[in-house]
Amino acid sequence: MKPRNTLLTALAIAIAALALWFADGTLGSFAMRILNLSAIYIVLSLSLNLVNGFTGLFSLGCAGFMAVGAYVSALLSMTADVKEMNFFLEPLTPFLQNLSLPFPLALVAGGACAAIAGLIIGLPVLRLRDDYLAIATLGFSEIIRVLITNFQSLTNGAQGLKNIPRKATTWTVWGVAAATVAFMALLTRSSYGRQLKAIRDDEIAAEAMGVNVFRVKVVSFTISSFIAGVGGALLGHMITTIDPKMFTFMLTFNILLIVVLGGSGSITGSVVASIAITILMEAMRFLDGPLNLVFLKTDGLPGLRMVVFSALLMAVVLFRQRGLMGDRELSWDGLAKAGLLPRNKKGGMA
Amino acid sequence: MKLKTDAATMRFGGLTAVSALDLEIDSGEIVGLIGPNGAGKTTAFNMITGVYAPSEGKILFEGRDMTGRSPHSITEAGIARTFQNIRLFSTMSVLENVLVGCAVRERPNWFNSVLRTPGYRKRSKASHDFAMELLAETGLAELADEKATSLPYGKQRRLEIARALASRPSLLLLDEPAAGMNPQESIDLMNFIRRVRDRFDLTILLIEHHMQVVMGICARMYVLDYGVTIAHGTPDQIRRDPKVIEAYLGVE
Repeated sequence: MKPRNTLLTALAIAIAALALWFADGTLGSFAMRILNLSAIYIVLSLSLNLVNGFTGLFSLGCAGFMAVGAYVSALLSMTADVKEMNFFLEPLTPFLQNLSLPFPLALVAGGACAAIAGLIIGLPVLRLRDDYLAIATLGFSEIIRVLITNFQSLTNGAQGLKNIPRKATTWTVWGVAAATVAFMALLTRSSYGRQLKAIRDDEIAAEAMGVNVFRVKVVSFTISSFIAGVGGALLGHMITTIDPKMFTFMLTFNILLIVVLGGSGSITGSVVASIAITILMEAMRFLDGPLNLVFLKTDGLPGLRMVVFSALLMAVVLFRQRGLMGDRELSWDGLAKAGLLPRNKKGGMA
Repeated sequence: MKLKTDAATMRFGGLTAVSALDLEIDSGEIVGLIGPNGAGKTTAFNMITGVYAPSEGKILFEGRDMTGRSPHSITEAGIARTFQNIRLFSTMSVLENVLVGCAVRERPNWFNSVLRTPGYRKRSKASHDFAMELLAETGLAELADEKATSLPYGKQRRLEIARALASRPSLLLLDEPAAGMNPQESIDLMNFIRRVRDRFDLTILLIEHHMQVVMGICARMYVLDYGVTIAHGTPDQIRRDPKVIEAYLGVE
């Protein structure tokens, strides 16, 4: 990397951290929650982008892996008495009842279990292609949800888990989001990442060039499941309650939307779209309430927000089929070329 | 013996696309595989490269049995190919396309790749140098950062060859390398193929319709018609073979 770019990146990270610190101190808890939710969406959309955007596999299993991560981490981080309170219908299996781990360990364990689930599901399913793969992953994701609903003594079934410790603070979620961005940037720009993109571009040619297509697909799917599991764990530890109904297809759909809007195959696209969509979803909430436009008065039309949102989506998809960013990235060099940064003088810094 | 197919047969349901193919190719040879459309030439390539497992018979590469092995492990063993309809990685640059071919020798794993370990850096640097060398050899070095699919047709064909060479093969299969080229380009290509063979110590098997090209560079050739090998020999023998003339021109 050019010294100018390194410096600009460091500067941008510092400004972002400062802004976050400032926001954490001044914004209310509701606004902070929206902001932190967008960090979790960054993690989740990058997880889906790795598989859908970079490896070219149409997977719809995201919510299932999130559920595994959320449940495993919650069961590991909750204290014994909170667990006792939760499991009033049927007691939790004794092994888990007395196990309580620090949050970072629970987070990693959640991701690891999601990765194992991804591996087990991926081995048979990744032999399929395109829409068949989509249906199969969607099916497995629903199976996970049904299993969670019915394993009363392990998951507390339909009641879900309440009073999960609120460990996903601003710094945790944004730290994990930053780490995920860095991981994805390093992975996709490496020799290994090139193999992922080769599979996306032309599977037959990739195989003929010596890429072990099936194995690379399984690795990509497993890593993506890990990240989704971590995202699910963060979500659980931020809103402090989880139940099986949270992890339906709608959740996967929201994340898929972010990936498509941001541009599949673009890390910065996913980041920008995660923040924009999460904030817009809340900012447009006023549309559901009573409106008083000079020529039009309504007493509140619940759902109008989603209509406007859908129209927005259609506009983006109509005018920019490949999403906001396509498969390109925002980069300092790109900004300089567009004239938004002073030209790079030889050896000098902007 | 570089490559030997022992009565390799490919059936799709009731259709026998290739029947009892017996190729024998020595190291350093340039051998042609010709025949009318639908004769089973590409199917033969697909059997050799592992895309299809032959219904019967064997594929032997340097004496080792390759029958039924997966395409990527066959590439690893040292057989590389190009495609009849160009299959470049469309979102990647010219250089990146060649680097994908290097990966089979570089053997990156995701963990080292993300951590950029010293070993990873060393191997990826070596790949990069080799890829640039190949691009220089194929006359594409100045185009390294261009998008692969933005190249003119003839250069895309060359890039496919460069990408195949990146896997350091000892046997190269070319599927209609001169397709769509004018006579002058075809002559350039012939010289190019010969030069590449000498430079990288290759054995080459090629499918081609341009008789000028095949007769010009192949020491020997096999002729397929409806999946059956109807003739093999030197260009002169093939030219005079009555069966070949019948298959190509028809007989009153």
